[in-house]
Amino acid sequence: MQTLTNRSENVDRSPMTFVESLYLPAIVKGMGITLKHFFKKPATYSYPEVKRPFSPVFRGLHVLNRDEEGRERCTACGLCALACPAEAITMEAAERLPEEENLYREEKYAAKYEINMLRCIFCGMCEEACPKDAIYLSETFTPSDYARKKFIYAKEDMLIPNKNTEKEDYEKALGKDVPTTASAFFD
Amino acid sequence: MTLLVIDWALIIEKLILIVVVVLASLVIALYSTYGERKIAAFFQDRIGPNRAGPFGLLQPLADGAKLIFKEDVIPNAANKWLFILGPAMSMTAALITSAVIPWGNHLEIGKRIVPLQIADVNIGILYVFGVVSLGVYGIMIGGWASNNKFSLMAALRGASQAISYELAMGMSLIALLMLTGSLSLKTIAAQQVGHLWNVCYQPLGFIIFLVCAFAECNRTPFDLAEAENELNMGYHQEYSSMKMGFYLFAEYVNMFISSAVMATMYFGGYDLPFFNPANHSANFAALIGIIALMAKVLFFIFLFMWVRWTIPRFRYDQLMNLGWKKLLPLALANMLITAVVILWLHK
Repeated sequence: MQTLTNRSENVDRSPMTFVESLYLPAIVKGMGITLKHFFKKPATYSYPEVKRPFSPVFRGLHVLNRDEEGRERCTACGLCALACPAEAITMEAAERLPEEENLYREEKYAAKYEINMLRCIFCGMCEEACPKDAIYLSETFTPSDYARKKFIYAKEDMLIPNKNTEKEDYEKALGKDVPTTASAFFD
Repeated sequence: MTLLVIDWALIIEKLILIVVVVLASLVIALYSTYGERKIAAFFQDRIGPNRAGPFGLLQPLADGAKLIFKEDVIPNAANKWLFILGPAMSMTAALITSAVIPWGNHLEIGKRIVPLQIADVNIGILYVFGVVSLGVYGIMIGGWASNNKFSLMAALRGASQAISYELAMGMSLIALLMLTGSLSLKTIAAQQVGHLWNVCYQPLGFIIFLVCAFAECNRTPFDLAEAENELNMGYHQEYSSMKMGFYLFAEYVNMFISSAVMATMYFGGYDLPFFNPANHSANFAALIGIIALMAKVLFFIFLFMWVRWTIPRFRYDQLMNLGWKKLLPLALANMLITAVVILWLHK
């Protein structure tokens, strides 16, 4: 019979010899293998202190973006809600008042913007659908809480801090200084 | 009247020794649980407990505190007294085995010579065997009293396993006893000081003894009595809180004691190679002896864990086949060969 790979081996069904039936040689061999692992570097990250580095395309919790002047980019067009296969997004639009021009980029904005994080499947369709580059999936994950209600994220929970007026919060939100290696934790 | 004179110093020194040995057994058993978790983690490329205290060193205390504060459930249908007696018996049997093990040569306090052994019984090794067999009753009684079919089945397995492997263990030991000519552990240890260790004369006997010791301690690959995935934790399924803790703890104390017995009988006990105790003061030699014995014991405990995290549990028929059809004939052959060689050399 032709084999798919050159690694395949026929199963040996001949009865065990006396030495084999003592299991000892096989056990010693196995112990050699485990001993190799004993001296291997652990694959663990000490999680809350040390975070695993993610690829740039990682899809975590949503972030609502601002433009260079710190104005919200979202115009509540609803394309993200339409694209969402899990139907996790709802929003209510409102018209911008003349004195709010420094808050919102376009004449229409999202007065209410909610994502149910328990429904969300983090597929990133909203990110793709958005014509204004307003919604992004970040590298933040594990949104833990005590009540299901709290997983319905409001606009304030997702809006990125204004980089002009809340500089520190903005830097923190970008998460630049989080250690990503195990050694960083033990130092 | 002289018959009534009590050697108070002897009583005090023995009491101190007993307290120290029991405390040491408990502390070592306590930290064996930590060691087990750490070693298991290292074998599986993990870190292991590292949250409670530096390097997780307080983990055993946290575990113990947790067990004590858990609700202690005694099932309605269980036999209450036997249910309590089970873990008590396991623990007692595990702890009193250490009485005959020589932990070192002797100390000199003033003019008094204090042997580092609680009782030098001239049938020491038989005493160990007797007490270890009592430990099976702990499992049997616990499994029976739980009034649970899984527990009962596990207890039956545990008992038949212990009986099967005790046989091969005893046989392998007879060969060793032919060599030493004594049942006293102190004599056996003293014979090896400065000489070749017994394992050099009895390699096969040692391997058989080691395998049987694994079975006696209910350690993987012979932990059929607590097969968690087929028998729902086995004989201690109905146990909770510290009663459960006692069963688990007894296992670790057993491991420590059987490591000490193996080190004493086959690996020279408190003997350190190339160290002549006659050239040093008695107290220093005793200290070195204790350290040497502890190092050997720790190695055996590591071996117990190493094997546990390497191989899976045996199937029940494999266990019985190995015990009766492989180990017992091997032990018998080993015994006969040893006897023939000894006779031939003495002629």
